Amino acid sequence: MEIGLHQLLFLSTALFFIGVYGFLTRRNMITMLMAIELMLNALNINFVAFNKYLWGGKLDGIFFTIFVIAIAAAEAAVAIAIIINIYRNYSSIDVEDADNLNL
Amino acid sequence: MTISTLIFYFISAFTLVMAFLAVTSRQIFRSAIYLLFSMMGVAALYFWLQMEFIAAVQIVVYVGGIVVLIIFSIFLTHKVGSDLPEPTYTRTLFAGLATLLAFALVWSVVKRNEFFSDQFLNELNVKQIGADMLNYQEGGFILPFEVVSILLLAAMIGCIVIALKLKPEKI
Repeated sequence: MEIGLHQLLFLSTALFFIGVYGFLTRRNMITMLMAIELMLNALNINFVAFNKYLWGGKLDGIFFTIFVIAIAAAEAAVAIAIIINIYRNYSSIDVEDADNLNL
Repeated sequence: MTISTLIFYFISAFTLVMAFLAVTSRQIFRSAIYLLFSMMGVAALYFWLQMEFIAAVQIVVYVGGIVVLIIFSIFLTHKVGSDLPEPTYTRTLFAGLATLLAFALVWSVVKRNEFFSDQFLNELNVKQIGADMLNYQEGGFILPFEVVSILLLAAMIGCIVIALKLKPEKI
């Protein structure tokens, strides 16, 4: 059987919902961030697959993937700065413990 | 079944298994390492799709940057060797149920859809990417490129401001 778009879409959908499962079950901020990274990866696979199989004449999907990766890097850096700051104030990075924004 | 198909199924299974272990492992450091292998699986998938440039960016940014950043923050905030608490039974049940139902819904829509195209991207031309990135005419990407550069600068300054520890006398 030849690999087509459907197999790639199955992979990206499964990866996305694994990320959603992790986001819903975990209560630790770093592991929730990891689940978000998995979801972003799944949609990058989607962009690349659609660009390769449906719009071969253009490179728009590639550009979206590059920009998503850049924004994911910025987001991870800011999120980790916030997490470390929360750890400094609450001595815990459980989302249930961080219940007050006004320190 | 050709070798290429077999390689695709192997890469997919590896990526999905590692991703599942990353979101279920009770030890946070192992979880980060599983995430790293999952990212490498996605990079291998890009190599399989002959998108070498994207695969290289994936390895450099995700494997070399984000996962290392996550591991550093784990070392800063956790006692090594301590396990994460088990999630409650109801939360696991409802999260699993919701995820499976949503997956079934999305996959049933995608599966029924037929995709037609005669255009197929055979190889990725990196020169073309560079030219499009700085093209300010129709179809160019210079505006998002500049916006992302401003965003990265803002994120860098924001990180420094958030994580900065002010000495008590200066506040």
